[in-house]
Amino acid sequence: MATWLVRRVAASLAIVFAVVTFTFLLLHLAPGEPFLPSGDTPIDPAVVARLRHQFGLDQSLPLQYAKYLGALAHGQLGESFALHRPVADALGDAIPNTLVLVGTALVLELLLGLAFGVYQAARARRLPDVALGYATLFLNSVPTFWLGLLLLLVFGEALRWFPVGGVVDPVVHASLPWAGRTADRLWHLALPALTLGCVGAAGTARYERAAMLEVINQDYVRTARAKGLPERRVVLVHALRNALLPLVTLFGLSFPFLLTGAVLVEWVFAWPGMGKLTAEAIFRRDYPVVLAAATSASTMVVLGSLLADVLYAIADPRIRVHGE
Amino acid sequence: MNLRATLALLGALALALFVVGEARRHAAATPARRRFFRHRPAAWGLFVLSFFVTLAIAAPWVAPYGPSVTLEIVTLKNQPPSLLHPLGTDLYSRDVWSRLVYGSRVSLSIGALAMLVAVTVGAVVGAVAGYVRRWVDTALMRLVDVGLAVPRIFLMLMAIALWQRLPLALFVLLIGLTGWFGTSRLVRAEVLTLRERDFVAAARGLGAGPARIILRHVLPNVAAPIIVSAALGIGNVMLLEAGLSFLGIGVPPPLPSWGNMIADGAAQLATAPWTTLFPGLAIALVVMALNAVGDALRDALDPRREAEWDTDGATL
Amino acid sequence: MTELLLRVRDLRTYFVTEQGRGTARAVDGVSFDLHAGETLGIVGESGCGKTVTSLSLLRLIPEPPGHILPGSFIELEGRNLLTLAPKALRAIRGNEMAMIFQEPMTSLNPVFTVGDQIAEAAIVHQGLSRRAARARAIEMLKLVGLPDPETRVDHYPHQLSGGMRQRVMIAMALVCGPKVLIADEPTTALDVTIQAQILELLNRLQDELGMAVILITHDLGIVAGTVDRVLVMYAGQVVESAPTPELFARPLHPYTEGLLASVPRLDTPHPRRRLHSIPGQVPAATAWPAGCRFHPRCPYAWDRCTVEEPPLLDAGKGEPASHVVRCWLLAEPARRTRQP
Repeated sequence: MATWLVRRVAASLAIVFAVVTFTFLLLHLAPGEPFLPSGDTPIDPAVVARLRHQFGLDQSLPLQYAKYLGALAHGQLGESFALHRPVADALGDAIPNTLVLVGTALVLELLLGLAFGVYQAARARRLPDVALGYATLFLNSVPTFWLGLLLLLVFGEALRWFPVGGVVDPVVHASLPWAGRTADRLWHLALPALTLGCVGAAGTARYERAAMLEVINQDYVRTARAKGLPERRVVLVHALRNALLPLVTLFGLSFPFLLTGAVLVEWVFAWPGMGKLTAEAIFRRDYPVVLAAATSASTMVVLGSLLADVLYAIADPRIRVHGE
Repeated sequence: MNLRATLALLGALALALFVVGEARRHAAATPARRRFFRHRPAAWGLFVLSFFVTLAIAAPWVAPYGPSVTLEIVTLKNQPPSLLHPLGTDLYSRDVWSRLVYGSRVSLSIGALAMLVAVTVGAVVGAVAGYVRRWVDTALMRLVDVGLAVPRIFLMLMAIALWQRLPLALFVLLIGLTGWFGTSRLVRAEVLTLRERDFVAAARGLGAGPARIILRHVLPNVAAPIIVSAALGIGNVMLLEAGLSFLGIGVPPPLPSWGNMIADGAAQLATAPWTTLFPGLAIALVVMALNAVGDALRDALDPRREAEWDTDGATL
Repeated sequence: MTELLLRVRDLRTYFVTEQGRGTARAVDGVSFDLHAGETLGIVGESGCGKTVTSLSLLRLIPEPPGHILPGSFIELEGRNLLTLAPKALRAIRGNEMAMIFQEPMTSLNPVFTVGDQIAEAAIVHQGLSRRAARARAIEMLKLVGLPDPETRVDHYPHQLSGGMRQRVMIAMALVCGPKVLIADEPTTALDVTIQAQILELLNRLQDELGMAVILITHDLGIVAGTVDRVLVMYAGQVVESAPTPELFARPLHPYTEGLLASVPRLDTPHPRRRLHSIPGQVPAATAWPAGCRFHPRCPYAWDRCTVEEPPLLDAGKGEPASHVVRCWLLAEPARRTRQP
């Protein structure tokens, strides 16, 4: 188990390192040029040269790479071309917002998905299951940002139950007491998290329904019934505990989807997270920010799948003992 | 809507119904087809797909106007749905239904083409890795690990950052080239089990080279998982295209794609919600149909699934 | 005769098959009695309805697609299990009537320790504390002869061999001291040497605990040494029922004859004679043959067998109904001479 964990962590680190290298090479070998005129405003070549020198772009590629890695080791991600501040600062502001959004969505995804999946499996092929089956198929197929726009239209614009964007109310937030500020944050979080969570929950529910239906026909579930256990205990303990295992795998796989969704949902709800930062950075050709954001996102994905593997090893005794 | 467009639309609906009817009529012929139609949403998905493919092919007849025709910029701007404009008009007084019909060409072909690229690359990489094994396998699979670690949208964002305005062909190619990682893993796993089977050994014994064995003997036998992942993958590509177009870095306007139609409409969400609603609904319908068909194909192409449903008392 | 525990009358369990291909009459009118301390063997090929019968007794048939027809009757000490409320039924399952299954590999839950799985029934039915239930689980593991029970109690099923798992299954079934134990092919999935050990264990436990056992098997060889009375099933029906010695000495149904002839016997005078096998196979439960359901495979069948379904006829010499046979040969014994 211990050696397995060490090897698994080492592999994760290797992947992150490879991602850093890959993104660095992609952005520096590519034909684009950050300080070329992007519109019709002509820029003095001398200014471009000075900027290139200031950001070290005139040095050789291996040297830039070495410097980048050295800085990275010290937690420095370089200077943003466009924001006039260190990339680490900009990301430091954005990442917590993204984590709050993605984290809440993940909790919604797992809880709602689990609840609906188990409920559907218990009512398999009857009306509630069929109806929910179509509903989840639909939600699993809509573009996330489009669902966000619809929720925004209905609950933000028309009903005015929720704010239409941002993390906090820009006017009154600072003057609120602690409880009020928390409520303000939650109130702003509701729609984007619900958007992201619902789409994920639909997928999770479909997956969990299938897992439950497979488990519920297993011999050991019949054994549990033969013992005289209440049906609730048969389903929620004996069956569910086994049907949770594939969910752990799904949890590891859902990070890329959640982060992808987050980019678009942040754009819709003007949520100042990584996705919005990256999308804006692209229009400004702000390489260091794109590079750092992609690397951070990949690190989250790698961490998520590492966490899922560890959780799986804990949840499944067959793996716990044998290690691999 | 004029008479020609109405008749063409009815024709498209009839054709889609006919396709599903024919498919169902022959459904009992093989166990695979029976398994396919055992999924109730599958027939429905087939109908939606046939309908939209017909729309895309017959766009000039079904659409009453051209995709970028501005009708009357002052009086026909942001009109709600009416008999004349069944899905309303947008900010530039263009007919939303016509744009939706032409948009199906762009969105569906991007989905299909990008998926074709992804599946081809994924199948070849997976087959080579699984068949050759040793360091080739290790190197390719580590590459896949890295590829899977970067969320696809960030890969696309980085790629797009490099080209100021991505040509459409390159955009499609890039979506394809960032989407093969999962397929290659799937194919590799299948090939690893297949290469030990007798008919592969026999082909090798007869002196067939690796390329011939992979193409003639291995790939046809892993077709089923590839087809399923392709069906589900087209939906993912369409969602990705829509997302990127929504961010303004996908299909360049005025060419209508369902994604940039939503992006156009988003600014008028409160005043003209139909310009956002309908293209999104179209994406949802098609992706839903692809998911339904993909699920059904998974069952249909896997003979091991037959036994599960045959709950004769005798087998208990 | 000792006290009557279980009375089954006209049990019919049908399954509705997918796509309306018909109704599978898996169990079609089975009746028998089980007395305290008795061992009853139910024998037949797979597809005869043995397993469905045993699952029906505890009402473990998945509904849908299966259902037990009204008119069926399963009575445990005067209580009709088929009309019992779910809660009262659960109080019987695993407590008064317990079951062990064919596949020890898949019948134990992989994510719980064997100790927890044994203790569970004791907690639910007898209200034992977790600590007391654990002590009981260790005690049960000792009873079924698992070496090192204090360690094994915390093991997961995958850490045990097939034979040990079946011992765990037995411990689990016996933890509440049931009056009736249903053992559905308890040794089929095991090696031959382990089979003998498990059967021996079941015999010993039955003597020690005094419960009644229903042993379901396709193997008449297993029945011979362990069972008081045999019920031979074919095509969802009982075709012959007799005390074990009587059945072996005087098999009357051609199907029983066939089954007996296919058991390898060390005491036969012709050791090199090829083992007999019954031609054909059990028909599908959706389409039992008309008349006698065995007639397509029967060496004696004549026209009466193809049209008229025989009832259970009494062939008993001593007690009434101690040996019954569902065969027209009993009415026309002369036909038996024309052996092929």
